[in-house]
Amino acid sequence: MLALEELHAHYGKSHVLHGVSLRVGRGEVVGLLGRNGVGKSTTLKAVMGLVRPSAGRVVFDGRDVTGASPHHLARLGLAWVPEDRRIFRVLSVLENLRTGLDRPAVSPARRAELLEKVYACFPVLAERRRQPGGTLSGGEQQMLAIARAMMLEPKLILLDEPTEGLMPRMVAQIREIVRLLHRDGVAILLVEQNVPLTLEVADRVYVMEKGVVRHHAPAAELRQAPAVLRQYLGV
Amino acid sequence: MSRGGRSDRRAATAHAVAFALVVALLAAAPLALPGFWRRFLTEILIWGLLAMSSDVLIGYTGMVSFGHSAFFGVGMYGAAALLLTPRPAGLWLALAAGLAGAGAVAACVAFFATRLRDIYFSITTLVFSQIFYVVIFTWTEVTGGENGLTFRQPPLFLPGLGAAAFTPVTLHWFVLGVVALTYVALRRITRSPFGMVLQAIRENEGRTRAIGYPVERYKMAAVLLSGVVAGLAGVLYAVQNKFAAPDFVHFVLSGETVIFNVMGGMGTLVGPVAGAAFFQLLREGVSRYFTEYYLIPVGLVFTAMVIFVPQGLLGFLRRALNR
Amino acid sequence: MVIPAEQILIQTVNGLVNGMILALVASGLTLIFGIMDVVNFTHGDLVMLGGFVGAVTVAATGSFWLALGSAAVTVGLFGAVLQVTTLRPLVGRDPLTTILATFGMSLVLQKYALWQWGPSARQIQEPLAGRFALFYLEYPWYRVFTAALSGAIILALWLFLKHGTYGIWIRAATQDRIMAAAMGIPVPAVHTAVFAIGAAMAAASGVLFGPLGGVTQTMGLDFTLRAFIVVVVGGMGNLAGSILASIFISLLEAYAAIFVSPAQAVIVSFVALILTLLFRPTGLFVPTPK
Repeated sequence: MLALEELHAHYGKSHVLHGVSLRVGRGEVVGLLGRNGVGKSTTLKAVMGLVRPSAGRVVFDGRDVTGASPHHLARLGLAWVPEDRRIFRVLSVLENLRTGLDRPAVSPARRAELLEKVYACFPVLAERRRQPGGTLSGGEQQMLAIARAMMLEPKLILLDEPTEGLMPRMVAQIREIVRLLHRDGVAILLVEQNVPLTLEVADRVYVMEKGVVRHHAPAAELRQAPAVLRQYLGV
Repeated sequence: MSRGGRSDRRAATAHAVAFALVVALLAAAPLALPGFWRRFLTEILIWGLLAMSSDVLIGYTGMVSFGHSAFFGVGMYGAAALLLTPRPAGLWLALAAGLAGAGAVAACVAFFATRLRDIYFSITTLVFSQIFYVVIFTWTEVTGGENGLTFRQPPLFLPGLGAAAFTPVTLHWFVLGVVALTYVALRRITRSPFGMVLQAIRENEGRTRAIGYPVERYKMAAVLLSGVVAGLAGVLYAVQNKFAAPDFVHFVLSGETVIFNVMGGMGTLVGPVAGAAFFQLLREGVSRYFTEYYLIPVGLVFTAMVIFVPQGLLGFLRRALNR
Repeated sequence: MVIPAEQILIQTVNGLVNGMILALVASGLTLIFGIMDVVNFTHGDLVMLGGFVGAVTVAATGSFWLALGSAAVTVGLFGAVLQVTTLRPLVGRDPLTTILATFGMSLVLQKYALWQWGPSARQIQEPLAGRFALFYLEYPWYRVFTAALSGAIILALWLFLKHGTYGIWIRAATQDRIMAAAMGIPVPAVHTAVFAIGAAMAAASGVLFGPLGGVTQTMGLDFTLRAFIVVVVGGMGNLAGSILASIFISLLEAYAAIFVSPAQAVIVSFVALILTLLFRPTGLFVPTPK
């Protein structure tokens, strides 16, 4: 579904990604772990066309999309849920959802369907549908960010630290949502600091260090031998 | 390190030689040129001076000022005021008056400048230009309103040598002297630690402030310097042409100054002078065919340069030569 | 000095009328600045172009409505072309460059107007003749009509932004351009469309202003300056604020015109700008920032 080949990226003069390579298969949940600052978020941004790769390739759904514009990628079925959520604070919850829902290819009936589905997953959003996004709590905003991405009916979601700053109850909800998306056949590239959660939901895990992927293993294996992770994450 | 030192010195000598050559050429030129072109050359020098003053702000400090017409105009009117009186004051007093006026305006603008960034600063300078324009245009009793002020040209007075009326050639030399001296002074200033800080402000104001420099004070100094030099250009223009008119206070003049800067190459001092010359020549040449519509092709070229050649003619040449 | 009450009354109404026209110009500028962070120096010249297109259309067809429509469409399209050719290449560059580029184009447009339509001012016939009794005065219908129509256009804009997919796109892209793109919104196209809308609104103001003040090549600078002042005083990117500020500024100028000539009354707006920048830089009509 998604393949990164030797991706390099710079922020101004600083070389942040030094040749990242990884794959996400159709419908797979793949974890991306690593300490702060190793370039996990930058990797997601480079995929989404928000940071221009200085070398390397990004292939999505069989197409070379290296450096493609973000709105093009979204239309192709790639959704991004950023680390800071980036809810449209002045838009209502419903309007936030509509930024992804109102696509020419989608019939009004289908739109209503998608909306119902998301309200069923996130009842709190249904309750607050007319409220401005900025009035939601942190956890609710995270729900909205994910729901918004779901409106794009994506083939793959780039999820950046969804559980950051959330209460345990919300973390559990996130876990359920990831499982639900997985069941629906949506592929997920999950960047996380929460190692146990990642090991629970992922099929495979990559570990990054200093802008490169250093380790790669099936989640099952890492669940048995977590010591391996300790050397990369100091956990 | 010595190799670096040697090539630095070589560059400095080359520059000094080139400068001396250019000045010599410019000094000799009026002797060979017909009347119209002689005056034109003198005027180009004055516009060059104005362009240099603007470069201090735009090119070195990164502040786009649309208010240079205010400094220029006040310099002009300030000098005019002293040359109008029944016993007109001498050249130097008029110069002092013009500079004082421009300095006062610059101080005002400087006060605002340091509180505003980017666009807000630019718009405010534009507004200042227009305020002065409106005041000068409508306060007819004092400023002559639409018609401006006319007066007699003061004689050149050199202490110890006495006074003598200017001839077009001696006036040209006087202007050349002033412009050349100012250039040398500005060059030293922009290369001094003070100038380096200005450039640091242009590159990254936040970081410069974080390092501990009183950015506001530097900006104020830059505006003052720029304003006074622009006022000097205004005085020279008044002396050369014997009149002061509100047109020169209008924002359009500031706009043209910015054009000189961009076309010539911001941040190089020489570039804007070249830009001023280029623009004036272009205007002369094109206006024969297009009369007042010369600004259409010139404006298009300017816009295209902003987009494609932002480093200006000089920057472009420099890059080409450095290869 | 005693100022007759009628003068104050007339100036109040004049101020309101001018304020509404200015609001129409300023809302376009606010919209453009809010979404693209672009300081559009050509905005006043777009008003001027609209005025000329309108004048020419009225002269040819006699219809004011046609003039309004043709000006809005022509200048709107031109605005789109302008944005694509001169502003899109500058995305991500120093904001200084957009100021310079739009300044350059402003010069070109002014001289183009001079070349195309000559140096004399054009007049547009008032579509509504006659006056009505305003208390004990006679006030022209046309001015009221202008204010009402400006208000209607601004209301239409507001409704458009509040409802419908494109309104959501514009508001999302204004709030967070990057996230909007990541949601599949074609941000570059939205920018061009917004610029075109702003240009069309400016053109409409030009036509509406025509019967009041005539159409000249140099009117652009006046409008650009005033629109900027309004946008700053009203709060950059704040639509409601710019409408209030337009009325505020125009009323100030109208009252000042009782004492000084209209040319000098303009200084009042400048002073308002400077005071705002000094004491309330986020805008006078914006709730105090937290």
